[in-house]
Amino acid sequence: MAIRFTVNGKAQSVDVNPNMPLLWVIRDTLNMTGTKFGCGMALCGACTVHINGAATRSCITPISSVEGKHVTTIEGISPDHSHPVQRAWLEVDVPQCGYCQSGQIMSAVALLNKTPNPTDAQIEDAMAGNICRCGTYQQIKEAIHKAARMKGAAKTETSELDQVPAGALAGGAE
Amino acid sequence: MSAIKNGLDRRKFLKTGVVGATGLIVGFYLPGKREVFAAGAQPANMNAFIQVSPDDVVTVIVSKSEMGQGVATSLPMLVAEELECDWRKIRFEFAPAARVYFDPAFGMQGTGGSTSIHSSWEPLRKAGATAREMLVSAAAQKWGVDASECRAENGKVVHMGSKRSATYGSLAEAASAMQPPTDVKLKDYAEYKIIGKPMKRLDVPEKVNGRAKFGIDQRRPGMLHAVVLRCPVFGGKVASFDATKAKQVRGVKDVVQISDGIAVVADNTWDAMEGRRALEVNWDFGPDADFSTETMYANFGKSLDSEKGYSAKKVGDAASALNSAATKIEAEYRAPYEAHACMEPMNCTADIREGEGADLWVPTQFQTPSQAAAAKIAGVSPDKVNVHTTFLGGGFGRRGWSDFVNEACEVSKAMKAPVQVTWSREDDMQHDYYRPASLVRFSAGLDADGKPVAFSAHIACDSIMRWFYGPGFVKNGYDDSSVEGIADIPYDFPNIAVDYNLVAGPVPQGFWRSVGASQNGFFRECFIDEVAAAAKKDPYEFRRDLLQNNARNLGVLNLVAEKAGWGKPVPAGRYRGIAVVEAFNTYVAEVAEISLDKDKNVKVHRVWVAVDLGQPVNPAIIEQQVRGGVVYGLSQGLKGEITIDKGRVMQGNFDTMEVLRMNEMPHVEVFITDSHLTPPTGMGEPAVPPVTPAVYNAIFAATGKRVRKMPYRPDELA
Repeated sequence: MAIRFTVNGKAQSVDVNPNMPLLWVIRDTLNMTGTKFGCGMALCGACTVHINGAATRSCITPISSVEGKHVTTIEGISPDHSHPVQRAWLEVDVPQCGYCQSGQIMSAVALLNKTPNPTDAQIEDAMAGNICRCGTYQQIKEAIHKAARMKGAAKTETSELDQVPAGALAGGAE
Repeated sequence: MSAIKNGLDRRKFLKTGVVGATGLIVGFYLPGKREVFAAGAQPANMNAFIQVSPDDVVTVIVSKSEMGQGVATSLPMLVAEELECDWRKIRFEFAPAARVYFDPAFGMQGTGGSTSIHSSWEPLRKAGATAREMLVSAAAQKWGVDASECRAENGKVVHMGSKRSATYGSLAEAASAMQPPTDVKLKDYAEYKIIGKPMKRLDVPEKVNGRAKFGIDQRRPGMLHAVVLRCPVFGGKVASFDATKAKQVRGVKDVVQISDGIAVVADNTWDAMEGRRALEVNWDFGPDADFSTETMYANFGKSLDSEKGYSAKKVGDAASALNSAATKIEAEYRAPYEAHACMEPMNCTADIREGEGADLWVPTQFQTPSQAAAAKIAGVSPDKVNVHTTFLGGGFGRRGWSDFVNEACEVSKAMKAPVQVTWSREDDMQHDYYRPASLVRFSAGLDADGKPVAFSAHIACDSIMRWFYGPGFVKNGYDDSSVEGIADIPYDFPNIAVDYNLVAGPVPQGFWRSVGASQNGFFRECFIDEVAAAAKKDPYEFRRDLLQNNARNLGVLNLVAEKAGWGKPVPAGRYRGIAVVEAFNTYVAEVAEISLDKDKNVKVHRVWVAVDLGQPVNPAIIEQQVRGGVVYGLSQGLKGEITIDKGRVMQGNFDTMEVLRMNEMPHVEVFITDSHLTPPTGMGEPAVPPVTPAVYNAIFAATGKRVRKMPYRPDELA
């Protein structure tokens, strides 16, 4: 049975094992590879996406639970690096190998949506679920502070939902 | 087809028309014609590294694997410095597997040992200078002037007299027909515009929008996904299996036995994993089904009790000096197995066309063995295997192996289709080539005045080289990587003895970021701290006094002490430790500042790091690598370890093998010495070794107690 949801504002319908985690649907069924597999147990944060605006570990989220919901992936943050978090990441030159960075950015965006001017402690608390083996933590912290200072950093997730075309979910909740 | 191998000269080759479609290049490398540099092509062809296209874009072919250490930026910087091109027009592309890209340090194409900058320093600058001279010659010929009247600057050649100028793109075709100069003069340090500057990383834009393609992101037409069930016990194998239930799982295409185990092939990764869960396998666990970490340490101890081993270093007569010493300090240290835990689990995508050729899309550190592995399985010569090196989601030494390549090739061959083999985190953690566990017994002697008179170390561990090259490679039971960090002790003891017992075990051993120095640097720098304490000396001053004949170690030690304000008051409840270790000819000293809570949990607040790596190429990337090394080092010093029971790894994921997280990250300050008279060495690994001993020495400063094994656990201070 088809499961319907949106990804980055685009309606999707997939017919897969309903237990399949959202991660693998995004990566293997929809071939959007920006979202990464790291642990499969919600321990590392590499697979972080937003579901209805909330940072979620897609590797343990069964696709059946995503029915009718809005998913935002790294590809949906901005097409042209214009999101303040991406701009801050570029300015600080955060990534090394880069593999965990999609998840780091998705966690950082969610943090700033909720807490526009986070303290160091709030950043550490929000980001402790995202592992980086290259050790970019100090740069991530710097970039989050920078993004917070940038105009528009407090852009809410509502605006992401605003971009969903009308009717994209028509008939989605069967 | 190999143009070079077939003896075509370059001009003829350019006339073949291949060039027309792509624009003109300087050099022989052609986009989309990767077979040009098949195995057998001439080495040291510097123009294999640069192409200039009509739109003035300069593409540097990066023959090293980008695993975060920054080669996709720092190597183009070396070219750009001499080429005098516009940095904004610089691009990079990963090299195909070919002999021309062999690194003389390895005799093959590969990335490791923090060698990339060092081994590229001369050839890439010469390649840039050569291409520049050819562009200048082309412009001079076009204008009918002498080349000496022309100058290259910012992507253009300018005729100084007439002020005429031409962009590199417009000159590329003509330049490619110029005779390359046989000798080029390289810039002096004072002329550098790019080297030594914190140039922005070229790979970052695609790493912040999800577009960077790692191995696991490859998608080929008709590609199938596979996972492999491997015997959990090292050395075990499949006795029999029943795939009936696995084949009934939705999406599963087939189940095939390969050398490493049983592969389940499906439409997507998840269905393959579900199929694997349904597999029924009887294993033959082999002879090591009872092996454990305790067995191993017992074997090490027995060996050290009964055998002398290989003499890795001998100065004077340490045994006699120890016997007559007024004070003798003895200690035993141990380090566990460590997994690499790259964020991107092992994977490879292979398209094996049996008897015809093959393509690999692989995050590999070593292209040549990957190519050879595919060639063997495809039944073709290596030049028929195209290796597409992807971004590596971490490497740390793990991706120098080809086990995951073999798997993908075997499954692709069986399925007659492109196949991506993906490892789960548990596969990755339980089938690694681990940093060797090691046991060392130290002795040191002081005379009646507290002056050091002898140092001895007796090391027991398995050998990485035995695993990588085979037992025949290791002569007389000696492996340098087992003793580096101790046998190269820089301190001036008049009598030194370092001996090594190779104790073989069933657990695969491999190169782990900073290799032997990752454990030996820890051992040595903690033990030296013990000797300093016994001599009633300040740990910094004690080291300083013993490094008077070792300028580079002394230089970073003094620098870090100065920057950290060593000896000055520290905040209440904070304690400091110091350590200095050289690895891969890069010298690193670190000071760690810690506190302990009432349960003896350690918090590392700050780390000061001083490095001497010769001429710094990109200080921003150097800082990144230092911070990364500190994090990697602290993970082994304070967090996870790999233990063995019943022949298998007891950890599987980041819950049981913890790594450092952001809330545990200290503030790291980096200080780079001005050492432009020395050619650069690498920074990928050398920041790892000193951090753990600096922290443990701070624990001693806080508690008066020595911790002699990694990782730290609070109960050791009970």
